[in-house]
Amino acid sequence: MSTATTPVPPSAIQEFLHNLRRLPHTVKDAWFRLGHTPESEREESQATFHNLFLHIHSVRVHMRSLAPTFTLGLGIISAASFVILCITGVLLMVYYKPSTTLAYDSIKDLHFVVFTGRFMRNIHRWSAHVMVAAVFLHMARVFYTGSYKKPREFNWLVGLGLLVMTLALSFTGYLLPYDQLAYWAITIGSNIANSPRELTDALGITKWFDPGGFQRRLLLGANFVGEDALIRFYVLHVFILPAALITLLGVHFWRIRKDGGLARPEGPMGGVAEWGGEMKRVFEPLGTKTYGLMALVKGRRATVNRGPEDTVMSWPHLFWAELAVFMVTVVLTLILAFHFDAPLKELANPAVPENPAKAPWYFLGLQELVSYSAFVGGLMIPAIAWIGLALIPFLDQRTGGEGTWFGSPGERPVALESLFVGLAAVVGMLAFTVNYGWLRNWYPHIHQLWIIAINPGSILVLLYMIWSLWVLRRSNSIRHAAVALFTCFLVGFTVLTYFATVHRGPNWLFYWWPSQWPVH
Amino acid sequence: MPELNEKQKSRLEPAAIRRRSFLSVAALTSFFSAAGMALAGALRLPGPAVLPGPVRRFKVGHPEEFAVGSETRVEEANFTVFRDVQGVYAISSVCTHLGCTVARSADGFACPCHGSRFAKNGEVVRGPAPRSLPWLEVGRAADGQLVVYADNEVPEGTRFRV
Repeated sequence: MSTATTPVPPSAIQEFLHNLRRLPHTVKDAWFRLGHTPESEREESQATFHNLFLHIHSVRVHMRSLAPTFTLGLGIISAASFVILCITGVLLMVYYKPSTTLAYDSIKDLHFVVFTGRFMRNIHRWSAHVMVAAVFLHMARVFYTGSYKKPREFNWLVGLGLLVMTLALSFTGYLLPYDQLAYWAITIGSNIANSPRELTDALGITKWFDPGGFQRRLLLGANFVGEDALIRFYVLHVFILPAALITLLGVHFWRIRKDGGLARPEGPMGGVAEWGGEMKRVFEPLGTKTYGLMALVKGRRATVNRGPEDTVMSWPHLFWAELAVFMVTVVLTLILAFHFDAPLKELANPAVPENPAKAPWYFLGLQELVSYSAFVGGLMIPAIAWIGLALIPFLDQRTGGEGTWFGSPGERPVALESLFVGLAAVVGMLAFTVNYGWLRNWYPHIHQLWIIAINPGSILVLLYMIWSLWVLRRSNSIRHAAVALFTCFLVGFTVLTYFATVHRGPNWLFYWWPSQWPVH
Repeated sequence: MPELNEKQKSRLEPAAIRRRSFLSVAALTSFFSAAGMALAGALRLPGPAVLPGPVRRFKVGHPEEFAVGSETRVEEANFTVFRDVQGVYAISSVCTHLGCTVARSADGFACPCHGSRFAKNGEVVRGPAPRSLPWLEVGRAADGQLVVYADNEVPEGTRFRV
């Protein structure tokens, strides 16, 4: 900017020297085009939309979206842990060798030899846990604040895609160390992919129609977990799934902006507010428009002669908030990684399974259901839950309550009731099966179709659905029924996860505490 | 040049298709058919044409090494060879539920992963396993040793007479 005012030197050699002298300034100007921290709203908006990485945000952000109690920062925590995962993952790739004979040793090298290798691996492991937990909680937040409603249905679906990507990433990462834990978890996982055979075998049609075998072969490239499986999981884990996740994440962020920012109730101040001593209509941007450019010229924008709007400049308010959440995530991950090592068992041994062989915690709820029927617990119930989630915004179309926790009237009691109903059902079911077993214990020769149809998992889903339908009839509100079902599934998932983590020991037997496990 | 009738004329000079619409239809058709074929080909690639892995055929020893009433676990191949008065048979140790390796228990086999229990003849007695442990084909090699074909299942009760 100041270059224009400097007189041009007479000869080319002088001009060259002049430019050389000014090099630090001109290069700095090219990088920091504004030259100083933004001082006016005009400069703040420029700082936002002249930057590729910032311009995905709108220039102004609603105050409600900044309230920590509204979002709990969960989306940013998920994204932040993904960033940490990408960075540490690439660092781990420097030493990791995807081969059944070398993988385990390369992880040992990372752990014992490579400078900071152990810490990087721990961070990678812990941020994966944080990401999965944050993604689940983020989904619950979006659901309970009714933020999936029109026009945000599409973004809810994108989010469900991201949930699948997140779980698939953590599942594929599980095999890579090629230790006992990895080998047996993937043996079990790939056999869950194979489990439609439970149904096709029972019907006697596997010879002609075998989706289970197809899925397993596609995943493993063989009939057993070996070199082909390892390289497939590696390619999925380090390229295909991250690339797909980043793409979906881009769409997810972009849709937030195109859908008019985070969900919020309409007319938070009843449409009027005091402004300059008199009551004025509040300026409410349309839900689908962001009015980024309107902030360019202070005082001459769409809010002229209107009351105050509830928005603040994204620079610095939003960016500081996001940075703060990012740093909290980093610190949390660092503390966990510093104190708790990522597990590494013995080298994979196909002859001796881990006992108990437990999946990572977020799959343990499913593992508990799988211990009644692999097909129902491992594929059918997750599929039903996912499809149910995907249908929510299309079945519940009544507007109202968006962007508020338990927004529609009477929602909170329904959630609380469902909490207890869901809890009672799942605890009762577990207590029953632990004490009395299930069909196969009573009738060892029973046909497998009976077990597929009637097992603790399917009964639990049925009970939850009946409860939800009853709420639908009672309160005459689809949203309430959705809240009931969602809460029940959430409670069921949590209790099953807890139960399988704490109360299942060797041979998948019930123990009150892990300290009671027999030593062998 | 002879006079053309209406029909001949319309064949020689058909109603003009707008060049743009022709091009766009052609472009779209070619794009989607090419993309579809490419996708089908790309998805076909990961389905293995040949399943890798060693031949799962194991020589387990001469028949006289197996005393009547004995059972011999072959660890590297994941099955147990039994001998009774009627003959020799082999039962797989791979759980039919989710593929863990079952261990010998007092009255049969127990799976450590999800608690399936099997009787000594491989039959399911408890837990999530959908079917019995498979019996494997037993034969004899040219050198007189018994061979277990670990990929070939035979009906329960099939014994190799020695």
